[in-house]
Amino acid sequence: MTTPGQTVGPFFHYALPYEGGGDLVPPGRAGAIRLHGHVYDGAGDPVPDALLELWQADPGGQVPQVGGSLRRDGWTFTGFGRAETDAAGHYSFTTLMPGGTSPFFAVTVFARGLTHRLFTRIYPPSARSEADPFLAGLEPERRDTLVATPDEHGLVFDVHLQGDNETVFLTFPGHR
Amino acid sequence: MSETQAEITAEIQSIEAADAGKGLEQPRRDYPPYRSSLLRHPTKSLVHADPESIELWAPCFGHQDVGAAEADLTIQHSGEPLGERMVVAGRITDGGGRPVAHQLVEIWQANAGGRYIHKRDQHPAPLDPNFTGAGRCLTDADGRYRFQTIKPGPYPWRNHLNAWRPAHIHFSLFGREFTQRLVTQMYFPGDPLFPLDPIFQSVTDPASRELMIATYDHDLTTPEYATGYRWDIVLTGSHRTPMEDV
Repeated sequence: MTTPGQTVGPFFHYALPYEGGGDLVPPGRAGAIRLHGHVYDGAGDPVPDALLELWQADPGGQVPQVGGSLRRDGWTFTGFGRAETDAAGHYSFTTLMPGGTSPFFAVTVFARGLTHRLFTRIYPPSARSEADPFLAGLEPERRDTLVATPDEHGLVFDVHLQGDNETVFLTFPGHR
Repeated sequence: MSETQAEITAEIQSIEAADAGKGLEQPRRDYPPYRSSLLRHPTKSLVHADPESIELWAPCFGHQDVGAAEADLTIQHSGEPLGERMVVAGRITDGGGRPVAHQLVEIWQANAGGRYIHKRDQHPAPLDPNFTGAGRCLTDADGRYRFQTIKPGPYPWRNHLNAWRPAHIHFSLFGREFTQRLVTQMYFPGDPLFPLDPIFQSVTDPASRELMIATYDHDLTTPEYATGYRWDIVLTGSHRTPMEDV
């Protein structure tokens, strides 16, 4: 039997977020994009106490297996980032576009009021469902919840925990 | 916040009865007794996905990320924190029984008086200038972790009238794969608040709830210094084949 999850609660801010957590690369570096958005609840209100984690391949499609995410040296791409939402429910990462055969961002969502983490994926606007069996298997209107939209500096992706635009959240084999 | 504990307890018991025998290992995300969950749980079914490349691996952390002293929450300030000094130690494995080696563990908690060092914690219990309540460590090659801290106190919250959380330590865990990520809470044996707490009870299977409760371990207790608790953690199963594991 697996150990159950529990909510991250309201008081994680002094423990989990850390300096530079959302900056997988320094802002302004060549190739850097901003990946940002809001987290909303079922009433459409922003969630000011959520935490997002990003995990991704590098632009060449390699899965990083190097330390240094908690104390970044400014040069090493670790593929991992963590960003909390602010009072307006907004989060922001600075990162690089993932490459390779599955060029999506893997995301974990935590929040006060959410009893157990949620997994999702952020696909780039160029993702085409005919080329991706997972996207192809989704109903078209739900598929759009996983695809980011471009803006001036990169990508926008909102998370809807509940409601009409509820984000597609994932379960993996063996998860109960 | 008008509901009484009796009303919340009745809701808790009714959901547990409805879930009996289902063997749900994880908490219900749709769990109305925990009022903050009402608008924050998905109402559509989770979509089954097969993990793809990036999801077969977990982020790596190393000694550049975590200092050895970060595992001792009692030495972060100039003086000794107040309360019962304790050690919590255990082993982290995945669903296949494999140790989660050299991986990051993060904890955070209230102080002995049940107060968090967080601007939103309004509980009128004293802050302890010698206790922050956040720590990190890396597991060893066998998946073992160890923290030294102060036993946290229970504290009130506003879910309903006279709501109190059982004493707990928050744990954040990474596995060997992305899909094994877990944030949870560790509780202490015999807490009288267990049946009353909608967060603990959001895990509706009694046997699964037991897995969140540490065991007092006299072999971990240090003479003249600290009590000891053991808490082993099992993450979900592995999707990576040994061939990929090089």
